[in-house]
Amino acid sequence: MKHKTFFWFFLPTALAMLLFIALPLVSIVTQSLYTAHEQVFKTVENCGPFGCKQETTIDQEATAALRDEKPMGKWAGAQIYMDRGHLAVNEVRAAWRSSDSWGAFLSQVSNFPFYSALAFTLTFMFVVTPLCIILGFAIAVGVNSLHRHLKGLVIFFSLLPMIVTPLIGSLILFWMIDSRGILGSGIQWLFDDPNLSLKASTGLTWIMLMVYGVWHSAPFAFVVFYAGLQTLPQDTLESAQIDGATRWQQIRYVVIPHLMPLVTFVALIQMMDNFRVFEPIVGFNASAHATSLSWIIFNDLGGETRQLSAAAATSVLTVIGVAILLSPVLVRTWRDFNEKT
Amino acid sequence: MSLSSRKQPLGLRIFSVSFVAVWLILAAFPFVWTLWGSFKVELDFFSKADWTNAITGARTIAEKGTAFTADGYRGAWVQEEFWKAAINTAIVCLFVVCTSLTIGTLGGYALSRSGYRYTFWLLLAALIFRAIPQLALVSGYLLPFFQWNLWGILPTTIIVLVAINQPFTLWMLHSFFQKIPKDLDESAKVDGCTQFQAFRLVIIPVMWPGVITTGLFSFLLAYNDFQVTSMLLAKENQTMVPKIASFLGTTQTEGNVMFAVASVVSATAPLFILVMFFQRQIVSGLTAGAVKG
Repeated sequence: MKHKTFFWFFLPTALAMLLFIALPLVSIVTQSLYTAHEQVFKTVENCGPFGCKQETTIDQEATAALRDEKPMGKWAGAQIYMDRGHLAVNEVRAAWRSSDSWGAFLSQVSNFPFYSALAFTLTFMFVVTPLCIILGFAIAVGVNSLHRHLKGLVIFFSLLPMIVTPLIGSLILFWMIDSRGILGSGIQWLFDDPNLSLKASTGLTWIMLMVYGVWHSAPFAFVVFYAGLQTLPQDTLESAQIDGATRWQQIRYVVIPHLMPLVTFVALIQMMDNFRVFEPIVGFNASAHATSLSWIIFNDLGGETRQLSAAAATSVLTVIGVAILLSPVLVRTWRDFNEKT
Repeated sequence: MSLSSRKQPLGLRIFSVSFVAVWLILAAFPFVWTLWGSFKVELDFFSKADWTNAITGARTIAEKGTAFTADGYRGAWVQEEFWKAAINTAIVCLFVVCTSLTIGTLGGYALSRSGYRYTFWLLLAALIFRAIPQLALVSGYLLPFFQWNLWGILPTTIIVLVAINQPFTLWMLHSFFQKIPKDLDESAKVDGCTQFQAFRLVIIPVMWPGVITTGLFSFLLAYNDFQVTSMLLAKENQTMVPKIASFLGTTQTEGNVMFAVASVVSATAPLFILVMFFQRQIVSGLTAGAVKG
């Protein structure tokens, strides 16, 4: 295909991505370097029958004029990144000096919103991704040995947790684990503790969110692995059987190596998706115990005071996080590509 | 077929069947439970006294006279005007799917037919774009959208969703188009077609399976989106998912939770039907990306 034809074919989608993905990235970087204008005050002398008083009021006109003149706000440089809501550089340094052990230091640092969100996001990602791969693989092997007529039905129900809107899925589970819901009261009965509430403790909230995460994304891993099992080389398997391999050895030395490229693929997609975990935190109403990077942005953007600069700074840090996560993949792809050409 | 039933010992067979059964219950039971409970009153759905109330509907019978009540649905759809949100969702989904398929097919086709180096870089850029959390992008939109008075309306949201959808659409359609033999459009070009004519006359008639599958995923993205729609839509233009989220803010008053439960069930129903009819396409779509990976 000629360059020119390619250009015209690709132009609409390129424009869409440039305008609404690439430009916003530029926009968050610039926004994060500015803060909102402070209001302009003016002092007026009010003279009445009882003498003169000095009054300080907000000069609405001047404030509006300033805002119109420089809509981006006031230049702040890296100040927003360093403040308490983000990297909290000074506070972390102080914590480093004042604490005598790693544990004490980490527990102090985890009080800062950015670091606690980062801790949850990373834990969620590194716990949920392997668990859902393992569970997905187990389901795939199990379903594969079922009778032909049952498979379709099982796949139908298995797809549901993944297809359903994440917010709705988490709400459905949230209502069930409510202390008055069926799972919540079941757990209370199981542990014989009528005051047990999954929502009250940080540890249980994290576990709850991760269980939801596995429930939601295991079907994806299952479907991909199940499709992979259909293309399993039969002759390799048969020769393994003739050589006397046990069932477990067949899985270990034939099936798993065959599925390995798919595992990489699922892991990549899952890490990308789990890194932006957000909806379950809203659905489970868990923000008191667990926050993610996306949730911080959401929290800053919403509400009465839209803190655009703070949200932009967190966004930039999140995008940097994504870049770090993806870098091994990118480097490998780049190397493969260079070898090929 | 691989580890199929041939000489599978009974113990293992029982284990694997019961494992799948447990998974089935885990996957399906929450939906069944919520569907059933959405026809009860709140005191039954959240029953402190006795969990069997949620099944038998003891309080519902006491309050309403029958074991099933549609009050939650009436409250959500009529009183809280959930139907407006449903219409908005339909509009958003329709336009997102059509637009993103139109520009995505053109782009994906071009990527699959051009042998130059830059296609690789474009696909890689699309992969990176796909990984960026939507909320990070949304915080970049708000200030310009406020200034240009574009905030709060459906068209803005539609365009944003189309753009966010593009990386995935491109990857998927790219791999579908690569499976269509290049000889088809090459021979059309030898016969004197331009590239676009070759695309229109030869490729379009055979591309529908791939396009339908990709369209399903575009639909799911638009339908399920919460991050973009909750931030970019004004209250009167809300789609279903942010509308449900706004029910949650007012859970204190009795009955309001049941509105949310009823609307959750209403919003899940179309997805059920979708999976029922397009199960094969969804499965093939999920695996199409994997073939490349």
